[in-house]
Order: sequence, then structure tokens, then C-alpha cells
Amino acid sequence: MSVEVTDETSAFALPPLIEARAARAPRAVCATLPNGLDTLVVRRPTVPMVEVRLRITLPAANRATAAATTARGSLMSSSMLFGTAQRGQEQLANDLAAVGADLSVSADADRLLLSTAVLRTGLSTVLDLLAEIVTSASYPSAEVSAERDRLGQRIAMALTQPGVVAGMARSRRLFGDHPYAQTMPDPAVVAGLEAGTLRRTHRERVRPYGATLVVVGDVQPATVVRQATSAFADWGGPAGRSRVLALPDFDPVGITLLDRPGAVQSNVRIGGAAVGRSDLDYAALKLANLIFGGYFSSRLTENLRERNGFTYSPHSGIDNAAAGSMFLVDADVASEVTARAVHETWYELGRMALAPVTQGELDLARRYALGTLALSTATQAGLASTLSSLAGQGLSPSWLAGHQKAVAGVTVSDVQEVSRRYLSVSSLATVVVGDAALVEDSLLSLAAVRAPE
Amino acid sequence: MPVRVPSLPAHPLHRLTLDNGLRVVLAPDSTAPVIAVAVYYDVGMRSEPAGRTGFAHLFEHVMFQGSAHLPKLEHARQVQGSGGVFNGSTHLDYTNYFEVLPAGALERALFCEADRMAAPLLTQETIDNQIDVVKEEIRVNVLNRPYGAFPWLQLPEVLYDTFANTHNGYGDFVDLESATAQDAAQFFDSYYAPSNAVLAVGGDFEVEQATEWVQRYFGRVAARATPDRPQFGEPALTEDRHAVVVDPLASTPALAIGWRVPDPVDDFTGFLPYVVLSELMSDSDASRLEQRLIHRDHLAIQQAMYLGLFGDPFDARDATALMFQAHHGSHISAAQLCDAVDDELQSVAAGGVNDSELARVQARIAAQLLRQADPVLGRTQSFAAGELIHGRAEFATELPGRLADVDAESVAAAAAELHAAHTAVLELKPGAGA
Repeated sequence: MSVEVTDETSAFALPPLIEARAARAPRAVCATLPNGLDTLVVRRPTVPMVEVRLRITLPAANRATAAATTARGSLMSSSMLFGTAQRGQEQLANDLAAVGADLSVSADADRLLLSTAVLRTGLSTVLDLLAEIVTSASYPSAEVSAERDRLGQRIAMALTQPGVVAGMARSRRLFGDHPYAQTMPDPAVVAGLEAGTLRRTHRERVRPYGATLVVVGDVQPATVVRQATSAFADWGGPAGRSRVLALPDFDPVGITLLDRPGAVQSNVRIGGAAVGRSDLDYAALKLANLIFGGYFSSRLTENLRERNGFTYSPHSGIDNAAAGSMFLVDADVASEVTARAVHETWYELGRMALAPVTQGELDLARRYALGTLALSTATQAGLASTLSSLAGQGLSPSWLAGHQKAVAGVTVSDVQEVSRRYLSVSSLATVVVGDAALVEDSLLSLAAVRAPE
Repeated sequence: MPVRVPSLPAHPLHRLTLDNGLRVVLAPDSTAPVIAVAVYYDVGMRSEPAGRTGFAHLFEHVMFQGSAHLPKLEHARQVQGSGGVFNGSTHLDYTNYFEVLPAGALERALFCEADRMAAPLLTQETIDNQIDVVKEEIRVNVLNRPYGAFPWLQLPEVLYDTFANTHNGYGDFVDLESATAQDAAQFFDSYYAPSNAVLAVGGDFEVEQATEWVQRYFGRVAARATPDRPQFGEPALTEDRHAVVVDPLASTPALAIGWRVPDPVDDFTGFLPYVVLSELMSDSDASRLEQRLIHRDHLAIQQAMYLGLFGDPFDARDATALMFQAHHGSHISAAQLCDAVDDELQSVAAGGVNDSELARVQARIAAQLLRQADPVLGRTQSFAAGELIHGRAEFATELPGRLADVDAESVAAAAAELHAAHTAVLELKPGAGA
């Protein structure tokens, strides 16, 4: 009998974790090309493909031009592949597709990003085409004009998405007149853009200094550096200023309520200042964020979703941008429980700031942070995007190893200290988008309700 | 000159079937110290009975609510606390559960999946909680946003006739709210038998060790009857169909077109040219529809043509569809767009596809398949889906070669079939009419 019980127990005991062999740290070959372009190449021959990221810094010069810079960046990114000095839109598209590439261009408040995967056999073609685009994108007037209309309609469509509207309202609350408040181009400014403006901006701002080319995949790094040096030889220009404007202070008092009549759900958005990847507190803040709401096994998910059923996918995160990092919390909740969901979220924030987390919670979050870092850099695409993002903040690939070490050393009191500083309700702004007729009265029991900025 | 298209690295596959009927695929690969575990159950939205719409998806949520030896929330803690990520998803023909972890957590992941295959906790309390969660999921993805789930939720009603193919797979709130623990127990008993599932394991492990663990943890799940799998195929449309939905939250109109296509399993060879055709028509800036609708005629704001309701050609059995969708300005009519799409099909059918265009499309297809195969999870899922839907995990490794063999004549013939076929058209109109 007892033998049976023992068998039963051992058979059902949770299997142990075995220490896996460590992931190989990416060995990046770094080179600054004669024109100033920083190049980073990693050999990772898991599949016969190559991932390419070309990041070009493009911050707004000042507050007055923020709206124009955002609109131009947006239309430039969607018009940049309409042709070059050597080939038209269709020819360029055909030549990219012929090597399996699907080049995309995106813009945000800090940079332009040209991104593609390509068959191993087509890398030199893609580098040549990228060089042709950055040196001679043609922005043909008729095509730009048609794209300007489409972009206007895409913006109009985005503005009907409640999640987009809520994110914009939070950005305005946090960033005031800083360029980061411009998360969506102003349709009126877009409507006034001309192809000539894009050509001029491209000439002035799309420069190799401050830009980073990341190449990861089935390649020989030395060969890639030679190919890139030759491909981008004609891309030049003086080292430009890329000064980033400091983030403003914001007033965290009160709940911003943006009325969306008829909404069957409320979008709760919370945010405040955080520290970035180069800060000594970053590893502790990253773990505090996980424990609070950064993954499924978090307090926020257990409370809002698994205990109360208020929401499907609540989460928090740290957003790293050039001018600074922000701590953000998102939850889309049923209208009738909006104030209760805000209250529970604040309660969990307060608990982080005021009481220590358990050692068990910290160890769980730590293993998750280390494990997912290894997973996200185990693929060509994941590693390329990670290295490009690090480069955008002036960090080299060696940051990854240092960060792992820092995460391993975080203590319970470190977590409480960063929580007190960055997760305190009193230092965070709360924004709600929802049907005011349903949610305003109950929100007033929590705090003053203020109109959107 | 077309580039030489590299092929997928070979991954040796090992298969076994346990005494309880569970089919197992092991795909070792030591390129990175990570592993993936995927369990695919052969039941999806199409198997839901009337009055139980959304039940397959609700049940997927409930499978995360604890099992015999893991209380509520513990599954997530075990996987995430091992340094991994997890999820599950509900499809037309199957429901899957999967996790990616550091290699040292393989045994623990197998334990967790086996524990809920043997005995998930099915209490009214957790079901009520997950009904609330699923309702919020539906609000965020469908009800509280413009174009919510368009067109996968609405077009099937026009394109098909049977309840299995037309009903709302997310579920009507009335049906969801009446779900009971007894329903869940019955659903589990009917459809979650080990003999109705496939387990795939990929990544950095020793086959012998993994086999022993699979036998130890999954071998003790009791065998149950394998449910009959109904056929969900439908005869071809005999007339053109057309419907309109009004979306009060939308700012601009949208259009969806559906065509019936050959059985993707029994007529796999006949189905493949449609895969190549959809890429030729719609993938990348170089495609026919991108050139015609966006760049040349300025008819659409964005366009997409793809196979399968969710954009994966190979994850559904018969009936499946070729889908087209576009957002367009109010000054463009749905008829203009339909005519232009049909005109492009006609052009492929009559004018054919030249070598360089076919080579471009083949290069794009190869690149996309290789990119999907890079993450261990992508590879492992394609083995599991290949085994479940096509009866062969090797399907995943053979697919690039099969697609590369599709010739210009069969692509043109597929376009001719579509040009001649009846369509199901769904217009989405913005407005306050609903």
C-alpha cells in the first residue's frame, strides 16, 4: 500500500528544471563604414535567410515642428518605395520580391526603420537596393499625392479604433507639447504635404551618421561588411545634430475621461516616467513590472482577469524611447466595472510600492525574464530587431550579457525601491476612454475627473 | 535571372503512437537550447452543436484553469517560471495548446500538458469567470471596435449553408452565458480523448529521453473512444451571393469576397495552385492586386487575398475558401472593386504567368516558409498541424518543394476556375443603421 502511494507521489511530483546549456551570446562584428554608418553583423545560420534592419534617426527638431515632422515621417515612410533614380515603383517591388524580400518602412518619433528578411542568396541585391533608396528615393508627385489620400483615410480609420484613441489621449496627457504626444499624424497637416517637401526632407535628414545597419542570418560577417561598404559608398552627408528634446513634467492628479458614447467597454490607460536600459535600476524595474502586470503570472492578471473577470488581457510594460522611458498599464474593461477596475489596478500599484514582493514572485519573474530574453534572441528576426532597438538607444550587443547579470542580482528590496519610485499611484496619470454616462459617476468616487488635453 | 531558392534544413522526425492512441511527433534540433511542446486536439469551432456557439473557444480558456495536480493559475506559473511562454488558440478544425521553453524545462512542460489532457478542473466557478473573460475578449476584438472580426465572422454566413460552417465561432452571449460545468465535462469526454490528439515536441532534446518522458506522463492518460469526425464540405455555390452589413463604428466601407476552392486535404494537388495564385495576386508590392487596386487605379486603401478564414491555407479541412478583402473610399463602389479583382483573375487565366513573375512569387513563398520555420515553435506547430490535418508531420518539410513544383499553367487554370465560379460578396457600410 505504502509502496503504491510512494509510486503515485513520485509519478505525480513536478519534474525538476534542468539547467540548460547557456544560449550562445551573439558574436557581433561591428564596423563603422567610411560614411559614418554603423554596421552590426551576426552570423546565425539557422535557416538560409538573412534579416536586415536599417535604422535612421529622425527626431523632431523642436516643439513647434513636431506635428509637421510626424506627418512628413509618416508620408515619407509610406512613399519611400515609390521609386528611385534608377527604377520605378513596380520595378523596385519586382526586384525585391525576386530575392524573396518584402521591404517595409516605418516611422516613429525617433527614427525611420527599413526592415526586411531576404533569401541568403539575395542579400547583396537587397543592400544595393537599400543604398539606392536612401540615396535617390524619387517621391514621384502623382504617386505621393495618391498615397497622401490613402494615408488620410488610414488615419481616419485608426481614429475610430478605441485603443488608438486611448493611447493618443494618454500620450497627450503625459507629453503635453513634446513631439512624443504626436502618436498619430494630424490629417490636416498630412493633407498639406507636397512631394517636393518629402524630397527635401529626405535629402536633409536621411543620412548615414547616427544610422545603424543590422544584418543577422546565414552570412559571413566580413563579406557583409565589404558588401555594405561598397553598396553604401555613395551615401553621405555631414554629421547632423540629432538632439533629443527632454520630456516634460506632467500633472498626475485626476482621471482624464474621454467620452465615447455607446462604448460597451472602457479603455483604461495609465502611465508615468520610468528609467531606460542603461540605468542601474532598469533590471529591478523590469522585474517589478513583470510582477505587477508584465506577464500572465502577474498580480494584475490574477486580480482583474482571473479573480474578477473584468478584462481579457490586462498588461503593463516599459516603453523605451530615445528621450526617455515610460511605465505603461493597459486594460480594456467592461463598462459597468470601469471604476472598480481602476480601483483594483491602483490597489495593486499601491501594494507594489508599499509592501515587499515575495521571494517566490521575484524568482518566478526573474526566470521568466532570463528565459524569454534567450527565446527572443534565438531567432534571426528576434535578434535583429533586438540589436537594432538597442542601437537606437546607443547600446551595443554586450548590453544583453550585462542585463542578464543585473537581472540575476535583483533583490526583493531593489524591487520595492523601484516600485516606490516608478509604480506609485501618485506619480502616474490615469486616462479612461468610455461611455461617460455609464462610468463618470463611479470614477468620481476615486478621483477628480478631468477633460482630455 | 531568378535567384537560387535555398531549401529548408532537414529535421529528422521520429513518430510513435501510445497505447491510448496519442500520436506523437518528435523533431530534435540542437541549433538553440530551446524546446517547444504543442498539443493539437481534433476539435474546433465547426464541431459545436446548435445552442453552444463559442463553446470550443470557451473550453480552450477553461483548459488553463487548472488540472488534477496543478491548481488554477499554476499552469502559467510553471511555464513562465521555467522561463517560457505559452498560449492556446481555437481554429475551425482544431484547438491547440503550446509552450516554448528553455531546453531544461521539457519534462516539466510535458507533465503540465499531460496533466490537463488527463483531468482538467472543470468547475462552475472557473467557467463563470472565463465566460466573463471571453465576453471581454469579444468586446475588445469585435463589438467595441470598427471592422471587428471582419470578414472571418461575417462572410461565412454568405459563403456557406450549414450551421457548422456559418455559425459565430466566438459565440453568442446567450449561448456563452448558459454554459455549465456539465457541458464542459461532456465536451472534454467527447473530444479531448488522447486518441483524438497529436503531441509534437521540437528543439534541443535527446529522442530517447523525450520518448521516456512522453510515455511516463502521457501514457497514463486513460484511453477513450475517438469521436467520429463529421465531414464539413459543402457543394459549390450555384449562384452569386451578396449581403451587406452596417458597421456604425466604421469610417470607410470595406468589401470581402469569398470563393470556394478544392478540398485542401483530399485534393491537395488541386489546392496548391490556389496557394501560389493568392501570393501572385496579393503578396507584396509587386503583386497584381497591389499594382492594380492601389498603385494604378486607386480603388482601395489596402487589399489582401488569402486562403482560409484566418489566412493560413493549411490549417483547415474542407470546406475552405479563398478570401479577398479591401478597405476603400466611399466614392468607390463595391461593384467597381469586384470587377477589377475579377478582371485581374481573368488576366492571369487568359494571359498566363511568365517565368520571371512565377520565379518572384516562388522566391517570396520560399522566404516566408523559411522565416516561419526559424522559431522552434513555428516548426513544431507545423509538424503538429501536418500530422493532424494531413495525417503526415512530414507534410511541413515537403510543402516548400510541392509549392515550388507548381507551374504557370496550373496557376492560370486556378484563376480561370475562380473567374468562372460564383462568389459570395459581403459589403461593409459605415453608418448608424445598425
